[in-house]
Amino acid sequence: MAILINETTRIIVQGFTGKIGSFHAQDMINYGSCVVGGITPGKGGQTHLGLPVFDRVKEAVKEVGAQASIIFVPPAFAADSIMEAADAGIKYCVAITDGIPTQDMMRVKNFLSRFPENERMILTGPNCAGTISPGRAMLGIMPGHIYQQGHVGIVGRSGTLGYEAADQLKRLGIGISTSVGIGGDPINGSSHRDIFEHFERDDETKVILMIGEIGGPQEVEAGLFAKENMTKPVVAYIAGLTAPEGRRMGHAGAIISSAGESAAEKVALLTEMGITISPTPAAMGETVAMVLAKL
Amino acid sequence: MDIHEYQAKEILNEYGVKIALGGLAYSPDDAVQRAREIGGRVWAVKAQIHSGARGKAGGIIICKNHDDVANAAEKLLGKRLITHQTGPTGKVCGRLYIEAGTDIAKEMYFCLLVDRSEERIVMIGSAQGGMDIEELALTHPDAITKIYIDPAVGLQDYQAREMAFALGIQTDSMSHAVKTIKGCYRALRDLDANMLEINPLVIAANGDLLALDAKMGFDENALFRQPKIAELRDKTQEEPRETAAADRGLSYVGLDGDIGCMINGAGLAMATMDMIKLAGGEPANFLDVGGGASAERTEKAFRLVLADQNVKAMLVNIFAGINRCDWIAEGVVQAVKKIDMKVPLIVRLSGTNVVEGQRIIAESGLPIITAETLAEAAEKAVQARNEVVAREA
Repeated sequence: MAILINETTRIIVQGFTGKIGSFHAQDMINYGSCVVGGITPGKGGQTHLGLPVFDRVKEAVKEVGAQASIIFVPPAFAADSIMEAADAGIKYCVAITDGIPTQDMMRVKNFLSRFPENERMILTGPNCAGTISPGRAMLGIMPGHIYQQGHVGIVGRSGTLGYEAADQLKRLGIGISTSVGIGGDPINGSSHRDIFEHFERDDETKVILMIGEIGGPQEVEAGLFAKENMTKPVVAYIAGLTAPEGRRMGHAGAIISSAGESAAEKVALLTEMGITISPTPAAMGETVAMVLAKL
Repeated sequence: MDIHEYQAKEILNEYGVKIALGGLAYSPDDAVQRAREIGGRVWAVKAQIHSGARGKAGGIIICKNHDDVANAAEKLLGKRLITHQTGPTGKVCGRLYIEAGTDIAKEMYFCLLVDRSEERIVMIGSAQGGMDIEELALTHPDAITKIYIDPAVGLQDYQAREMAFALGIQTDSMSHAVKTIKGCYRALRDLDANMLEINPLVIAANGDLLALDAKMGFDENALFRQPKIAELRDKTQEEPRETAAADRGLSYVGLDGDIGCMINGAGLAMATMDMIKLAGGEPANFLDVGGGASAERTEKAFRLVLADQNVKAMLVNIFAGINRCDWIAEGVVQAVKKIDMKVPLIVRLSGTNVVEGQRIIAESGLPIITAETLAEAAEKAVQARNEVVAREA
């Protein structure tokens, strides 16, 4: 079944008519995603890429049955767009935007938490490459052709390191059920753990590959969840072995600022929790293959 | 983005936090002048660098007369101070803060920061001030109080009172303590700070509650809406190459190793550096060129990496997603032709149009070492570096 998106998911693009939004909307359409329209306030009623443009998300939900949205809105306005999507009844939202202020994300998370759980929009990102269920739908900016369909669920913070993993798996003939980018920011919509829950419930996913990095508590929290609640095996790689303390490594969230946040500490804790560690970034594919072979 | 103690104190003072009298000095004469203006008989001459633990590094000198103030200023200005937070290269002191000496009755610790796990602002306090809080958290976790703040309603008075009690503040100072704590919270929230630390927060002999030190860090993603904060940036406290990179829209962090790197994407960059380390080498830098990696950007990135005199080999690792390997290969070839490269270059391309990209590199006639996989790229880079070192020896 894959998770979060499939070929029937009705997608809208927020920030549809901008240069970046247009480019990636076309790329998603070419991949076969069911894109049904887009939002650009002030341009409602126009047609773009052969699809309707709406002023408000609410209209897109009503008129074209939008279920999922992808956000290419600039950082200053992105939090507002996410909250609009949630309020309009969008079920799943990917925020691509890089550079959203941390306090805006705190407010977004607080806003989302006020919806009852069964009506709450799932958010992944910001500052991510998006989500792809290979062969079915792409809701992101990744190169779709490097992903082969199959049974490995991927969740990771980084875009290109996720591509590297998909490429390694493809070379070994291993496919992916869904790959989810949760983004490199300190506060994000969904954590590794949140995505683990989806993969655990998904019949198609047999193994999960977590691609983590230095900074924050999320990889270890996910490891603990896996140990206590999951039947499926988890493989993990943590990037940033050489990262010095207190320095931001590109991603806003990739900074070692307290105990337990370095790559070595995370690897040690995850190992204790029974997670299979890919010892190097070059071994992600073969480590997954080894775990798959044991099933 | 970090700011100086004196800047943080000015901000906090505007938010109702009491500070000791003080003034900024750029020279020994300035320093004496400030001491005169402040009056009294004891002054602290404090080096302004972006780091905590300045006291231990000799960056704070207590003086009892104007001659001592001048001497202390002479000693500190231009001095490179090394603390556990600055790294081995340290930071040069270009400004001094001259502050009235305070008779301390009690020292406390107070900070506010973004808790990534709870996704809220947390207020942390301890009645035991002046210590390293991480150390205290390990040895005496009971001595630390944490209070989480609901982002929807903000800090409440009862929470501020609870913190004041935890800090051991007496009832007669309670209203001022609540005002101080709430002022700190408002400063953090209004100005998009992600960290505010007062260590120590003190009760003076006369009963005043004072911020004796202050440290603030700001969310760089929010600087677009905080122009006054953005103006406080002191580039002399940043590594010049990192600042130059940031001005060109590149994300660069200088490290101690000698294998230069250029990679697209932060995660892949960290992973490539890990691979270099595992192959027996040490990366000279972190550098994310981003998704675009145009010829112009590639050239800038090359110049940045090679400006580091320690670099003995350079590794380029690009995963072409939306862009294409052939475009990247042409950018690399152009950059290498323009720059007189003195060190071996290892290039690994993967993703869209990889075969075409490899062909362009091979047919360029340039001495570029190519690699297919991440592991191979790292091994070849370490090998090339070792050969350079052997030749030099």
